[in-house]
Amino acid sequence: MSIQVNNLTHIYSEGLPQQSLALENVTFTAEDGQFVGIIGHTGSGKSTLVQHLNGLLNPKSGSIVVSGVDITQPGVVMRDIRRKIGLVFQYPEYQLFEETVEKDVAFGPGNLELNEAEIQSRVKEAIQLVGLDYEEIRGHSPFELSGGQKRRVAIAGVIAMKPEVLILDEPTAGLDPKAHQDVLDMIRRVHEHEKNITFLVSHNMADIARLADLVLVMDSGRLAMQGTPEEIFSQEEALDSMGLALPEPARLMNMAKKKGLPFQGSFLTVEEAEEALYGFLKRDRDSRI
Amino acid sequence: MAEMIDIQDLVFEYTRDENQEPVSAIKGVSLKVEKGSFTAVIGRNGSGKSTLAKNINALLLPSRGAVYVNGYDTRKEEHVWDVRQSAAMVFQNPDNQIVSSIVEDDVAFGPENLGVEPKEIRFRVDDSLKAVNMWQHRKKAPHLLSGGQKQRIAIAGAIAMRPECIVFDEPTAMLDPKGRSEVMEIIKGLHQEGITVVLITHFMEEAAQADRIVIMDQGEIALDGPPQKVFSQAQVIRDMNLDVPLTVELGCRLRERGVPIPETIMNMEEMVEFLCQYK
Repeated sequence: MSIQVNNLTHIYSEGLPQQSLALENVTFTAEDGQFVGIIGHTGSGKSTLVQHLNGLLNPKSGSIVVSGVDITQPGVVMRDIRRKIGLVFQYPEYQLFEETVEKDVAFGPGNLELNEAEIQSRVKEAIQLVGLDYEEIRGHSPFELSGGQKRRVAIAGVIAMKPEVLILDEPTAGLDPKAHQDVLDMIRRVHEHEKNITFLVSHNMADIARLADLVLVMDSGRLAMQGTPEEIFSQEEALDSMGLALPEPARLMNMAKKKGLPFQGSFLTVEEAEEALYGFLKRDRDSRI
Repeated sequence: MAEMIDIQDLVFEYTRDENQEPVSAIKGVSLKVEKGSFTAVIGRNGSGKSTLAKNINALLLPSRGAVYVNGYDTRKEEHVWDVRQSAAMVFQNPDNQIVSSIVEDDVAFGPENLGVEPKEIRFRVDDSLKAVNMWQHRKKAPHLLSGGQKQRIAIAGAIAMRPECIVFDEPTAMLDPKGRSEVMEIIKGLHQEGITVVLITHFMEEAAQADRIVIMDQGEIALDGPPQKVFSQAQVIRDMNLDVPLTVELGCRLRERGVPIPETIMNMEEMVEFLCQYK
């Protein structure tokens, strides 16, 4: 399983006065089991890109080859594509609609021509994977859950389809710090369990730095950079010019470096910054003793 | 100093279902907000902070206790417009608060409803759009703007009502980093001009910029004070499943390992300044 995106171009409102080039020659490959982070400021083309990946939008030109099949070609059965590629929209909890959590999660797999036992087992597995207690929560109305729980139920509905590619568009927006962390841990757990390709669209650079193997940086419809988190987040000025910031620990340490303090490295996590500061301040104290 | 908002033993209850016992979203909160102050309210989802905000705007009314805004009792129906004109509100999702298809019409919507003279409306619309750096976009359609720009339009709509106070309910939650800092700059600017600001947020770095932080937990006020005092209780805050700003977190971790970092360090500039002494 891999996804190859080649020279993908998309134009909104083509031929009209408000015509705009939303994607311009975007090319990248996501390999089996990869965790891909997508960053970029609002309007940079992130959501347009991910909507192409499961065939919700059709490009002006270019191709998207999923396991050898170009899904942009006419005649491709979109049903099959969307089975393989699950997309979790922003604020997915707004799409909850059933009377119970169990029924809501079962809706997707229920449309896959599976037998009842298989649906049951997938629903149970998905609810457990998102970190909820299946027996306790199955009969609840999704509407009486907390914000974080609702979101997890909505994500479980997509996971129960067992997509080979899971795309999450801003899955933690609007959650409090605890729910944010829970949803993130859950995404990592699902990725490790299902061994799928995961795309995570996020404004939270620290999350991207922690989870992604590959980072795609979108700017004005172009893929401006791609690389590992270390490669991407070592380019503060380039990111800054695109309206993006480094993860906070890196920002702090860069500020210190600019003042002439002797720090080396990318400092993508709090732990890395802590070790560097500890080493620096301890050295100073030791030398004075 | 005079109070902009005076909340007295506020209890807010709601029933999920006809046959069920009422649930208390707010359990006896008393809070006074001084005119011209900048207060941040933080807390988990479901801690009662948005319910509190809606009580300040008379979108929700107290089950028990009372809320006075600029001296007006929110329970008195005849004062509901005085309350809303005194304390305007800006919500999380800009798409849910924009009503017109042209930016300047949208900003004019509030003052039009207040019966303001057309000439004065024109003046206020221009003035408000300039205050949020969106005047050059006044003829555009809001849906063609970025999230940060739309949120600034929503703020301009609030400013055009000439409120003394603006309550922001997670105004940056849906924005990218650039949009977030644009909106925070506008909020700080409004505060400097004398508008009383109440900012509900999940972002601790934003809260650290206020004069006062109120932490809500399970419908009650858990901590209340200036940022330095509140964030010095890092463990209590973490126990409520909230974060502290990065520099506060680093300070705590290093102090635990025996490195004496002052507890007064609240932001990156202060941390770097501290480190530079050891250069």
